[in-house]
Amino acid sequence: MRTPEDGGTERAFEVTFDGRPVEALPGRTVAAVLWAAGVTSWRTTRDGGRPRGVFCGIGVCFDCLVTVNDRPNQRACLVPARPGDVIRTQEGTGHEN
Amino acid sequence: MSESLTCDVVVVGAGMTGAACALYAARAGLDVTVVDRGPVAGGTTGAGEGNLLVSDKAPGPELDLALLSLRLWAELAALHGPDVEYDAKGGLVVAETPEAYDGLRAFADAQRAAGVTAEPVPADRLHDVEPRLAPGLPGGVRYPQDAQVMPALAAAHLLRASGARLLTGREVTRVLRARDGAVRGVRTPRGDVHAPAVVNAVGTWGGELASRADVFLPVMPRRGFVLVTEPLPPRIRHKVYAADYVADVAGETADLLTSPVVEGTAAGPVLVGASRERVGFDRSLSLPAVRALAAGATRLFPFLSDVRALRTYAGFRPYLPDHLPAIGPDRRAPGLFHACGHEGAGIGLAPGTGLLIAQALTGRTPELDLAPFRPDRFPRPAKEAAP
Repeated sequence: MRTPEDGGTERAFEVTFDGRPVEALPGRTVAAVLWAAGVTSWRTTRDGGRPRGVFCGIGVCFDCLVTVNDRPNQRACLVPARPGDVIRTQEGTGHEN
Repeated sequence: MSESLTCDVVVVGAGMTGAACALYAARAGLDVTVVDRGPVAGGTTGAGEGNLLVSDKAPGPELDLALLSLRLWAELAALHGPDVEYDAKGGLVVAETPEAYDGLRAFADAQRAAGVTAEPVPADRLHDVEPRLAPGLPGGVRYPQDAQVMPALAAAHLLRASGARLLTGREVTRVLRARDGAVRGVRTPRGDVHAPAVVNAVGTWGGELASRADVFLPVMPRRGFVLVTEPLPPRIRHKVYAADYVADVAGETADLLTSPVVEGTAAGPVLVGASRERVGFDRSLSLPAVRALAAGATRLFPFLSDVRALRTYAGFRPYLPDHLPAIGPDRRAPGLFHACGHEGAGIGLAPGTGLLIAQALTGRTPELDLAPFRPDRFPRPAKEAAP
């Protein structure tokens, strides 16, 4: 079985999280990339601004919502990371009031 | 382990209607036990939008019940408003053609004579009332009495406020009857609950419960989907729907009917309804239905075309052949009361239903005439030949 940690033939690429570069491996979701970089929270709740990251990890709970390339409310656990993705912490609804 | 309980009244069903029956019965001084085979709000209550509407009802017994219920909702909101996300936002019905606008205004005139507040909104004022509506609509009617709650929260909080004993995860397998026909409680796999009165508040499954008391009540399911968008800041002020919704509600066809009903929620997502289909208890996703919902909503609110729909859920409205609920005592089984069959209006009509049931249970004169809601108004069909 091949795991992303094997490195090997597939090349790492770069995305950014809140402006800083983060290394990503092919096939990983945005959530996996952020976890691998030590980031466990990338959204604040609409009421109270509490931190949120992965909860169910399988696309059911909508807790891991994040803004990717200016589009808010994407499920980090389902969206594959792509080279150059601009990932940003989502505050509240992610939309301007 | 089996146990035996005794109380004044067993309410079967821990949805919105059962909660309201429990609340008003307890307020009338009765010792109430609520029994449900599932959890609180596990049926149609947990699958709706929380509409408290007078706007879609023509003058008649259902509108009378809605007006009573909306008054009671306002009282309940004084105690539980924020907990149940009560929002007296008002409704806005919009016409998509000049003919529909004429029809809408005529409908509103009749409603006004029956006590509904209905204010025509001409085309040039529509966007003052609802700024993000599509351009070019001929007009609408605003209904300030329409409101909204979060139905699962409402059922849970009213059940708690009732102080009733709550037994979830227990299916009523039999409504117990004495030799003289009088009701004497219910049987569950974990013991009997004895009471001289039983209330059938199981919504779409009300016909089945009636048959467990050996009476006939033809409650049938009418499926509906709701689309849920990503959470948004407040964008839509009213409960907004197209005029053809009223015709769909009263429609007789089994085929898919959809008309856009759009509203924001306290939590942020926008809810988009409303589809109606008679397909039994089939829960499978219907792509044509949810596509039609999305198309209808973006027709009313073009900005929604850039908003993601996150998920969809389905439920089964309980309907009776004449589209009126069954409320009141069942003369065929003394001690049995029905409070079911409210179709898509059960959340709104719950407090009035609960109050009428409590008045009937305690021998007082009900606030509304129960004759149009008589549970025994449907003749049992002649026995069909065995297949």
